[in-house]
Formats: sequence, structure tokens, C-alpha cells
Amino acid sequence: MKNEALYNYVLRLGDDSLILGQRLGEWCGHGPILEEDIAMTNISLDLIGQAMSLLDYVGEIEGQGKDHDALAFLRFENEYRNALLLEQPNGDFANTMMRQFLFDAFRKPLYEKLLESTDQQIAAIAEKSLKETKYHLKHSSEWIIRLGDGTDESHQRAQTALDLLWRYTDELFFETADDVSLVASGIVPSMNEIKTQWSKTVQSVLEEATLVIPTNNWQFEGGRRGIHSEHLGFLLADLQYMQRAYPNMKW
Amino acid sequence: MSNKEWPLWEVFIRSKQGLNHKHVGSLRAPDATLALANARDVYTRRSEGISIWVIESNNVHASDPSDADSLFEPSDTKVYRHPTFYEVPDGIKHM
Amino acid sequence: MNMKPMDLQELEKRFQEKIDKEIKIEPNDWMPDEYRKTLIRQISQHAHSEIVGMLPEGNWITRAPNLRRKAVLLAKVQDEAGHGLYLYSSVETLGADREATIDDLHSGKAKYSSIFNYPAVTWADIGTIGWLVDGAAIMNQVALCRCSYGPYARGMVKICKEESFHQRQGFESLVTLCNGTPTQKAMAQDAMNRFWWPSLMMFGPSDDESPNSAQSMKWKIKRFSNDELRQSFVDATVPQAEILGLTIPDPNLKWNEETGHYDFSPINWDEFWQVVKGNGPCNKERIEARTKAKEEGMWVREAAMAYAEKRALKKTA
Ligand SMILES: [Fe+2]
Ligand SMILES: [Fe+2]
Repeated sequence: MKNEALYNYVLRLGDDSLILGQRLGEWCGHGPILEEDIAMTNISLDLIGQAMSLLDYVGEIEGQGKDHDALAFLRFENEYRNALLLEQPNGDFANTMMRQFLFDAFRKPLYEKLLESTDQQIAAIAEKSLKETKYHLKHSSEWIIRLGDGTDESHQRAQTALDLLWRYTDELFFETADDVSLVASGIVPSMNEIKTQWSKTVQSVLEEATLVIPTNNWQFEGGRRGIHSEHLGFLLADLQYMQRAYPNMKW
Repeated sequence: MSNKEWPLWEVFIRSKQGLNHKHVGSLRAPDATLALANARDVYTRRSEGISIWVIESNNVHASDPSDADSLFEPSDTKVYRHPTFYEVPDGIKHM
Repeated sequence: MNMKPMDLQELEKRFQEKIDKEIKIEPNDWMPDEYRKTLIRQISQHAHSEIVGMLPEGNWITRAPNLRRKAVLLAKVQDEAGHGLYLYSSVETLGADREATIDDLHSGKAKYSSIFNYPAVTWADIGTIGWLVDGAAIMNQVALCRCSYGPYARGMVKICKEESFHQRQGFESLVTLCNGTPTQKAMAQDAMNRFWWPSLMMFGPSDDESPNSAQSMKWKIKRFSNDELRQSFVDATVPQAEILGLTIPDPNLKWNEETGHYDFSPINWDEFWQVVKGNGPCNKERIEARTKAKEEGMWVREAAMAYAEKRALKKTA
């Protein structure tokens, strides 16, 4: 492949959107209140839309005529490159919002930087996605604050979610040796910059929410290298069901 | 239990620059911030708006329909407030 | 009040005059108790149907066969949540409490459209639901845009605008299946076989079995009878099925030159009443899912309320 580094980078972006969009879709019809059901579906729709653009571009970089569907539905589990955080099950609403918040706080500064990418296509996708992501971050921050500083029960649930998900956050800033060349040519930002911004957002929102960052900073990684948790297989069983059961058909 | 349910808010949307905000419906929200967010998600899924107002429903005070005759009918007889009340000779323009 | 109180008969007479003159009734206007009750029942039933209706289709969101269909289905099911919300809004203008009407749904006191008690077992069911179920719903809803109660009529106008894509996306999905492989075509026919009769039942019992209809027509809460709407639906749908190349599962279905309508077999009303009474294939699952969502959402709603109260206190302190 001509540009394997770029392929891998965009694939990570696309898979993050795809897997989180898929997870949020599970809430549709089951939200804690009608208004929030609608809000979560909006976020899911935004993410699926982003996944389509990003995976189309992945296919273009690869140059073998694959579109977003071929990539979204017809890979093996170890070929998905999403971060582990995003494939974690929804759990309760606190867990879903915490997962969303930790991701949005990462995605927003990333898209802000990708706006300036020397790669026109990435810059264009970032422009559209940033508008959506800003809203997602606002939405998830508002909820984290309300849950953290709401009732004893909601505080407890939000803290539990934070304790559980914190271990998946470092992986978001995963960088390969190949990425260095992309950074050097101004296609993508260095993850250091993104992490600084992420930490700032996370700290200030969690503080307002009266939530405490776990002291144990033992971290998991693997998703970016194709080594996933047990949860992804089940998610893919749903996602890929039709394409696997009825191969080579148009829908 | 029901006092813990979220209060009702009325939603007003300006569909485009130059038009008034118009009442479009209501929703439930715990506070103004989420009421605005919910209004955006519920009532502008198809680009129906560029600006949103929300107001807690119990802050809306309405005139009593049974007073409608005394409130509104008296103005019906004030026909002299309308330009068509006045006759102007033929040939007068721009008036 | 500075007028002398009118007697009930006079109020009712004036009310009916307004209705006859096609003047809309608005929330604070005087209305007969029975009118209010009928509307609360009908609109909340309608709202519940939108919400329960999210479940059969919603269960295919994670399994949609491609990303475009997934996005379309998400948007469609989300619209139904919006419709439910618009309708609960209009119920609240009548003095009913949304959460209380939802509790009636969960306790089995309030009904919803029986169609949603049938399972969506294949992907073809999703297209078929869009085409037949949303199609039948639209037939009903278009008629309701002229309902005498203002908030309900306005809600319906908004809903009908949004519905127009629901039926189309369903039909489009079926066109793809019917032009696809024999497996896909068979999948579409199978869905048709299961959904045809329940869709016809959506219009409700026959006119002679529908005791409240006459009063509702007089009040213009209802503008056409169940049988009239059902007939229009059949007349509109048969040619569409022909274009798809699908067979309607009714050996007696045929064009009647004299009436200018399609004749069709009698409906199995025993099945209809059984499903309405709770004995459909999925009644239990549907109500369980909605009850679970509400119960599990309780702490979330409480948290947001507690936070808002704390903030309000801080402000005044
Ligand atoms: Fe609907
Ligand atoms: Fe619909």
C-alpha cells in the first residue's frame, strides 16, 4: 500500500466512530427519558455518518475499491482498530455518558487540529465532524456534572463508571512509529498536544462533578493493535450478522 | 414520586433570520440548559430552526377564553383603525 | 366572572356550533368532559403507539445490513420517539400528566396499536413495517390533521410531514429485496404474509362494532370511519404490491368494477381482540421493555432534578 501510515491512522478514526455509534444505537427505544433517547440517537447518527466518510477515505487510500460497508462489515475481529474504551458495553446511563465524555474530550481537540491537516480530505471531514463533536462534548459534560453532583446514587454510579473506564483512556493517545512521519508532514497532530487538552477538559468537568480520578493508573491497551476485549466479538456478531448470513447481496 | 418528574417547558423556534420565534410544542427538562439541548434534539432534527427559546410552562400566563368577548371584540368595531375605512379620490397614488 | 353562568346545555350547544363551523378547540376553551376524556384517551394511545412502535424496529438497528440502512433506521425510529413526544405534549394541554399516562400504559390500563405486538424477525420485516405499518398510520394521521382539537391537529401536521420518508424508505428497501436474489425476494414475501392482516387490523374494529365512533365523528375528533380508511389503504396498497411483485395473502382479493374498490376477505377479529387484550406474540416483552426503561431511568431523572434544585438554591443564597 502506498500510504500505510495514513491508512492505519484514518482506520482508527473510522473504527472509533463506527463502534461507538453502534453501541449508542443499542439505547434507541430504551433511554432513561424520551428526550434523552432522542439525544443519544442523534449522537449515534452523527458517529455513523462520520464512520461512513472516514471509512470511505480508508478505502480510497487502500485503493482496492472497498467502500465504507466493505470495511465496516467484512473484516475479522483483529482487523478492527478502535480503542478498547469504545467497545465497552453500555452499562447504565452513567457508564454510557462517562465513556462518551472521555471520548468526546479526546475527539474535540483532535478534530480541531485535524482541521489544519495538509490532507484536504481529512481537513474536510474534521470540519464537519468538529461541529457535531462540540455538541457531543457539551452534552456529555452537562450530564457528567449532573450525575456527579446530583443524588448520592447518581454520584456513586458516575464514580463507579469513571473507576471502570479510566483504565482505557491512555490508549486513546496511542501513537505508532509510523505516525511520526504523518506528524512531520503536517497531516496529523502529535498526541501529546491532544492529551494536554484532554486532561484539562477532563479535570475541570470531573471537578465540577465532584468526581475523583482513580489513583490506580494501571492502563489497558490493545484495540489499536487489533487485540480486543471479549465484548467486541458480540458487537460484531450483531453488526455483521446480515452481511455474513447473506453474503454478496445488496440491501 | 411525580414531584421528582421534570417540569414542562414550552419551546419557541425562529425558523430563519427575520422571522419571529414561534411556539412549536413542549418537552420535559430539569433545567434551562437541558431544556435548550432537548429542544434542539427534539424540535430541530430537520433544520427547522436557527434560534430557540424555552420557558417553563408554569411561567406562561394566558388570557381566559371566557373573557374573549370583552377582551377582543371591542376592537372589532374600531374600523377607523384600518386604512380601508377611508375613501380616497380615484387617481391618488402611493397612499 | 361578570356574566351569569351559562347552563351546560347552552355551553354544549355553542361548543357543537364551533365544531360545525370548523373552528378549532384550543386548550383553555370550554369543552364537554366527555370530549376531553375521549381526546386524552385517543391521543395518549396514539403517543404510546409511537413509543412502543420503536421497539420492533429498534431491535434491528444493531443488525442493519449496511451503514446507510442503519442511519435511516436510526433516524426513523428516532422520529417515532419525537412523534410520541409531540403527542404527549398535546395530551398535557388537556390537563393530563405525561408520566401518569405512561404509567397507565405500563399497568395495562392504556392501550396502544396492536400491530407492535407482532415480532420483527427478519430484515424484510423492517421494510415491510415502513411500507405497510407506517403506510396505514399515515392514512389515519392525514385524516387527523383536520381534527377539531387544535394541539392534536397541529401535532398531526408536523408528524405527517415527518412520516412521509418512513413509508418511502420502507418501500425502497423492499424494492431492493424484490429485485435481489431469490432468497431476498422470499424474505420479502414472508414478511408480507405475516404483516398484511395485522396492518389491516390497525384501522380498528368494523364501523358497526365501534360504539364510540359516531360521537367522535360528530365532534370531528375522527373524520373518517375505520372501514373507510381501511378500504382506502387496501386500494392504495394493492397496486404497490403488484409493482413489487409480491402476492397479497388473500385469495379473495379482487377489483370490484361496480364499487370501484378492492374486495377482500373478512378480517379475523378474534385474533385482533386477543392481541388487544394482551395475548399477542410480544405484548409482554413490549411492556416489559418500556417499564424497564422508565424504572432504570428513574435515578437519572432524579439526579438531574436534584442538581437543578441545588443550583437554584445556590443562586438565591
Ligand atoms: Fe410516527
Ligand atoms: Fe413512522
